[in-house]
Amino acid sequence: MSKVGQPEKMIVNGKRLDGRELEQFRPITVEVSVLKRAEGSAVFKFGDTYALAAVFGPRTMHPRHMQDPQKAILRCRYAMAPFSTNERIRPGVSRRNVEISKVLNDALSNVVFFEDYPKTGIDVFVEILQADASTRCAGLNAASLALVEAGVPVKDMISSCSVGKVDGQLVLDIGGDEDQFGDVDMATATIGSEDKFVLLQLDGIVTQEEFFKLLELARKGCTEIYERQKNTFKEKYKAGEVSVES
Amino acid sequence: MLKASENYVRKLIDEGMRIDERKFDEFRKIKIETNVIKKAEGSARVLLGNTHVLVGVKLSVGEPFPDSPNEGVLIVNAELVPVASPTFDPGPPDENAIELARVVDRGIRESKCIDLEKLCIEEGKKVWIINIDIHVLDHDGNLMDASALGAITALLNSNIPKYENEKIMYGVYEGKIPINDTPIAITVTKLSTKLLIDPNLEEENALDARITISTNEKGEICAIQKGGIGFFTTDEIKEATNLSIVKGKELRKLIK
Repeated sequence: MSKVGQPEKMIVNGKRLDGRELEQFRPITVEVSVLKRAEGSAVFKFGDTYALAAVFGPRTMHPRHMQDPQKAILRCRYAMAPFSTNERIRPGVSRRNVEISKVLNDALSNVVFFEDYPKTGIDVFVEILQADASTRCAGLNAASLALVEAGVPVKDMISSCSVGKVDGQLVLDIGGDEDQFGDVDMATATIGSEDKFVLLQLDGIVTQEEFFKLLELARKGCTEIYERQKNTFKEKYKAGEVSVES
Repeated sequence: MLKASENYVRKLIDEGMRIDERKFDEFRKIKIETNVIKKAEGSARVLLGNTHVLVGVKLSVGEPFPDSPNEGVLIVNAELVPVASPTFDPGPPDENAIELARVVDRGIRESKCIDLEKLCIEEGKKVWIINIDIHVLDHDGNLMDASALGAITALLNSNIPKYENEKIMYGVYEGKIPINDTPIAITVTKLSTKLLIDPNLEEENALDARITISTNEKGEICAIQKGGIGFFTTDEIKEATNLSIVKGKELRKLIK
């Protein structure tokens, strides 16, 4: 039986509910240095999904017993604003938030040079201001941009996108009703455009063959995101005050 | 001290060996017992080598979610009980316990193995709520697979109590929880470029990354969770899915 509010068809004549092609992103917006107090900050949007990230540190780690004399500690916190969804989200820590914070933290930890800053903590705060699916991907992209903007030494950026299966078809960038009524939702992230997956979460039933195709599609998507992330910095610093390597 | 042991584990793995002399695709000895807790509607004990997990299923009656008014509700919770490890503290579930519960939850939920519509008592008002509680009693690695196996085993053996005049008559049963698939979670661990399954605690402490893949009876994938600081290449992920499907079939035979 279909769920309440489920549209009959999500893909008509190869077009999705919002008019997109199967392998097309929603409009992407990227902006860095959007906040004054944070050392690094960024906004990343997939259509109506609106993620804001801020980085503080490296700074003295509190509580002190959590300090590591050899290296810095990364602490990533993902949270959603109460007004970000149709039904208000109760403020506070949910199990979902804790889990997503953990996987984002693990993903980002692949690229940070922790040994450069012993005894410190690097705090990454991800706020989802509006949620329309793929929030962890938008949040991770924003977080990675904010880390770079904060001047934290990293090997590369983390680039993230979602893929999935809707109406039996494989699609890029799950958005809107596709999240709730689609068959499969898969969040992925790679180190830059490399074949190194640092985030991979899948919900829903797929055959192995379909899954392999999803992986391929995810690689393409993450590569596209990586280009957008790089271009953001190239644009911002093209005046030549600070040089950024491509 | 831990470091030395980690290096030793990695050195062995590089040479194609494991500290407990298992093959890379070999589980530890698995022991499963069902109906170990009489007060629960269903229960299972899983021993994976020295890892020991107890899972209990309890049913209660409550309101359905507004977007699925005719379906029962599934709730999975995991407790890393302090008896299980010197590193577990009493208190509310930490991120590891939450991840464990959510991975087990997704494996079961996404496989759609529970016929939730049969758990509706009065549409929009009253449905059965299935609480699966995972109690980790001894932690020697691979809690994910042990817990997921315990959860589906307990579900397969769970009864629905009689419900009369707004009261649940615990201990008097009306039938089984309708289950039509057996999702099995297999965690593939990457250690020094090698892939292996069922890591013990020492291996887990040294791992680069892990990926938990749940598969159903048809050999389809129904949930994936990558964990740990480290990455997987496409080829490694593909190999991991093969391992999960093959090993999933083996484990399924133990409980069905």
